[in-house]
Amino acid sequence: MPLEFPIRDEQPLLNVSDLVIRFGDTVAVQGLDLVIRRGETVALVGESGCGKSAMALSLLRLLPPAGRVARVSIRFEGRDILPLPEREMRLLRGGAISMIFQEPMTSLNPVLTIGQQIVEAIREHESLSYQAARARAVELLDLVRIPGAHRRFNEHADSLSGGMRQRVMIAIAVACQPRLLIADEPTTALDVTIQAKVLELLDKLRRDLATGLLLNTHDLGVVSDWADRVVVMYAGRKCEEAPVDALFKAPLHPYTRGLIACSPKLSSSLHFRDGRLPEIAGNVSSAAGVSGCLLAPRCTSVRTTCRTDRPDAKPVGYRDHLLACPVHAPTDHALAFS
Amino acid sequence: MDDVSLRIEAGDTRALVGESGCGKSTLGKSILGLVPPGAGSVRLNETNVSRLKGHALQPYRRPMQMVFQDPTASLNPRQTVSTLLATPLRVHGVRGRTERRRQVEAIVDQVGLPVSALTRYPHEFSGGQKQRIGIARALILKPALVVCDEPVSALDVSIQAQILNLLVELKSAYNLSYLFISHDLGVVRYIADRIAVMYLGRSVENAPHGSLRSHPLHPYTQGLIQAVPGHGRVAPIAGDLPNPLDPPTGCRFHPRCKLAIDICRSQVPKLRTVLPGHDVACHLAAA
Repeated sequence: MPLEFPIRDEQPLLNVSDLVIRFGDTVAVQGLDLVIRRGETVALVGESGCGKSAMALSLLRLLPPAGRVARVSIRFEGRDILPLPEREMRLLRGGAISMIFQEPMTSLNPVLTIGQQIVEAIREHESLSYQAARARAVELLDLVRIPGAHRRFNEHADSLSGGMRQRVMIAIAVACQPRLLIADEPTTALDVTIQAKVLELLDKLRRDLATGLLLNTHDLGVVSDWADRVVVMYAGRKCEEAPVDALFKAPLHPYTRGLIACSPKLSSSLHFRDGRLPEIAGNVSSAAGVSGCLLAPRCTSVRTTCRTDRPDAKPVGYRDHLLACPVHAPTDHALAFS
Repeated sequence: MDDVSLRIEAGDTRALVGESGCGKSTLGKSILGLVPPGAGSVRLNETNVSRLKGHALQPYRRPMQMVFQDPTASLNPRQTVSTLLATPLRVHGVRGRTERRRQVEAIVDQVGLPVSALTRYPHEFSGGQKQRIGIARALILKPALVVCDEPVSALDVSIQAQILNLLVELKSAYNLSYLFISHDLGVVRYIADRIAVMYLGRSVENAPHGSLRSHPLHPYTQGLIQAVPGHGRVAPIAGDLPNPLDPPTGCRFHPRCKLAIDICRSQVPKLRTVLPGHDVACHLAAA
């Protein structure tokens, strides 16, 4: 019988509470909670500077030296990984927790063959002979559907297309069967037809290994097709969190609504000769130095209290939906009919 | 790129869509003379500009301008916005510092930036604002045709809509024609009157925006539309893009096409009109 995903263990795979990340005086992430279960795909959605990449890197303790993590616990399989000595952290990285980066060209080593890079990843974590690791690497290249895996093993990254390179990145990331896979904009640099293949591959791995998948993306189409749950971030804070169907059927936060409305969709019939695209005015720099809701300077339904009180993401009362906006929270009356 | 024809009427927005390596950027650049065509011609109001060089070409550069994909890479980091915008005017012989200043201030206002932007450098602006500067530089010479090469793909979603709306406003303010190059079918469907779909250097379908979406005729176009995320998971087009330097015989799409028959492997399909204003290069496509 196939497993029912996500797996609702008592202990979630990853449990981050109250994550704060600072770069000097700049707060990149402000009090973020995040839970990922085994076999679950959670999408982290937001625009540049919303803190989703900093969040991803902090889970592997890979933030650049200027980045400081404060006031947080990051529990992976019940164990807080922040106090772990670096030696143990290295065992986790690329082993139980692994990451796929956005730019496949800059994340692969140009002077090693792709085979050597996969073998290196395997032997870092498992005591296998070179021959055994090599055999596994070829299997992995097959798994990520690289044609002619034996031949490709000896090639360098520059002889591969963008989509192929990203598949090699995935092969390295899954070489040791990670239980948590972090994918930071894994398909942004790829064409749509290749994007579908890469996402399909990630999803297959999630199903086969019950891997928890954190998918950072700005593409709401990708989210609606592939994620179980969505966290929407703006300027380092969570605006809204909901199961994927609830979020697209009834988005509550003005930022979420704006994002959904302003991306030009193939299914829409609006044409430039008939009218303007909906837009979110201004840009994210207006959130600097704001004392109330960070979206207030760009929000169309802003009230006086929004400029003074900063809302936290709270349950709205149904279907695991969290919202950080008192103005758009559903009323008790609406809840009774939901 | 092989045997591609394109005709843009005044006031039209024409879009080119396709994936990396299909030749859409090369086509855009060759129109502006940035990449010389191996054969064929580029005619602007019936003047063949692809044979012109040096001073003879200069008057024809002014009516054709370009907006680039990466606003950071396409603005000189050592020049202020004021210098960036005044340079094309100076090169094209607009005399007098005050006159140039007047035109620079007018265009900055038109693209939605404050006059205070003029004394600042590109790095002081966000991506969306930099793209506004790039657009201002393309428009300051009052061109007739602007080639926009992926002008919003490097921008955040909320900023993309702002820039697309700006391009639409400017189009009616200056009566511009656009050649809009993009990989994003959602964007192209909104911004274009006609859309040409390219695959491996050939145009495979060419249709009005509504017709292309409601009746995509080429199997590649159909696959491309299905691959746009947000409409459920679908089986992607089989196989990978062949090497553009050694394209397949016959229809270049045939190794990946589920419908391919013998003729597709041997004969190059010609563009033919199948629906009103809707051309397709496929042996099998029918209305």
